[in-house]
Amino acid sequence: MDPMIFDLEKTPLREVNRTLHRLEAGTVQIQNPHGKHSVAAGLRTAIKVYINGHCGYYAAGMNQLADVVINGNAGVGVAENMMSGSVFITGNASQSAGATAHGGLLVVTGDAAARCGISMKGVDIVVGGGIGHMSAFMAQAGRLVVRGDAGEALGDSIYEARLYVRGKVASLGADCIAKDMRDEHHAELRALLERAGYDDDTADYTRYGSARQLYHFHAGNEY
Amino acid sequence: MCGIVGLHLRDPSLYPRLGQLLTGMLCEMSERGADSAGVAVYGDPVWSPPGHATVTVLGPVDDLAIDEATIISLGATHVVHAPMPVDALLAAVRSQLPGALIAGFGEELTVLKDVGHPRALAAGWGLDHAQGWQGVGHTRMATESAVTPSGAHPYAVGPDQCLVHNGSFANHATIRRHLKARGVVFDSENDTEVGARFVAQQIADGRDVESALKDLCAQFDGFYTLLVSNRDSFAVVRDAIACKPAVIAETDAWVAMASEYRALVGLPGIEKARIFEPEPERIYAWTR
Repeated sequence: MDPMIFDLEKTPLREVNRTLHRLEAGTVQIQNPHGKHSVAAGLRTAIKVYINGHCGYYAAGMNQLADVVINGNAGVGVAENMMSGSVFITGNASQSAGATAHGGLLVVTGDAAARCGISMKGVDIVVGGGIGHMSAFMAQAGRLVVRGDAGEALGDSIYEARLYVRGKVASLGADCIAKDMRDEHHAELRALLERAGYDDDTADYTRYGSARQLYHFHAGNEY
Repeated sequence: MCGIVGLHLRDPSLYPRLGQLLTGMLCEMSERGADSAGVAVYGDPVWSPPGHATVTVLGPVDDLAIDEATIISLGATHVVHAPMPVDALLAAVRSQLPGALIAGFGEELTVLKDVGHPRALAAGWGLDHAQGWQGVGHTRMATESAVTPSGAHPYAVGPDQCLVHNGSFANHATIRRHLKARGVVFDSENDTEVGARFVAQQIADGRDVESALKDLCAQFDGFYTLLVSNRDSFAVVRDAIACKPAVIAETDAWVAMASEYRALVGLPGIEKARIFEPEPERIYAWTR
């Protein structure tokens, strides 16, 4: 079957999204997104969508099952609240990439800005470059892999997500600490890198996670 | 919310298209703020002819009688230019129109702003015919002060200076009191005006834009993406938290900034531009 092609210079975005929501299978190409918001948001079936150009806010948000490729940069909140499937970005992502996402795989080939993986709840995120400040804030579950550096306050108030960073971390947030890389962590990291198309030496990475000191009230937390 | 756009042209062959490009950028940001809008244009040969000073006045100018002055009326906004020093024209306008709102003044700068939808305002000003080497625009969604012409951006409170803001300053009342104690006079209750007066004060004290903005980052609390322009410069800064969006694009022909990428889509050569988001508390500045 030939792929469906939509040109957002000619077809209104709502019409395109409505069509995508009704598709059960197939491949779709979307041309000229021109920074529009909510392109390919709310997909619920195992379709393949290529967005050729830079997207605005919330691209591929709430994704379920679909595989979305953005050939360009993504704006604020790409793949926010993703449940499953995958979102692959060839360029950079703005802030809050993968925010609150429950599942699936988000790959950002370039850099991701501040608050990457904020409140992540089970998603796997692999960033080819660096991430900005306050990333993985209140991260609850899932894995975040960063091949470059991380900004200030990484993993502030983190719960049980696991963070793997190859480069420098500007600073760690409250209750986030470096942890040992055991065999299972090397294996987990290797599998994530492979899924994202990278072949790094996992020995170059440091694992970060929760010190679990904020879970319960204790007098030391008083002001 | 609010939207910011700015375009600093490097290639003189684009100067005739400044207004057209700026109009497209401004109108694309209408959804980020549609209660007021404003622009600053540097170097328009009609509004700011070489050798003339320009002062923009909001409100009636019937009582204005200045020798050799030309008044261009664009709805409620009046562009007044005359072959005299900026200080002299500004003093004449202020003495003849006491209490009038002055939107901006300078040798190269024309500022137009008002309450209304950005698209309607741009059409009324004939913005798409403007020419020049630099332009700035703002679409306002008011949060900190009333929807009035004096609350609209840009704030152009020093000669050829202009500041637009997306965000809100938390401690503006404190800094306003400090500036008032130094004799600074304000036109509005707007938080952004405090930022603009602060920068103008620093520049008047002999500081450059970059060091003025470093001081602003140290003293102002709140959310901000700022675009600050001057007779020879174009600068962008975001607060440490960097909640308010900003995208910069750069080619050999121009530097552009906008709240969102979609405002930059119509620029010539955008597909080959270097596109990036400014980092928090880092000052990005370009000079002519």
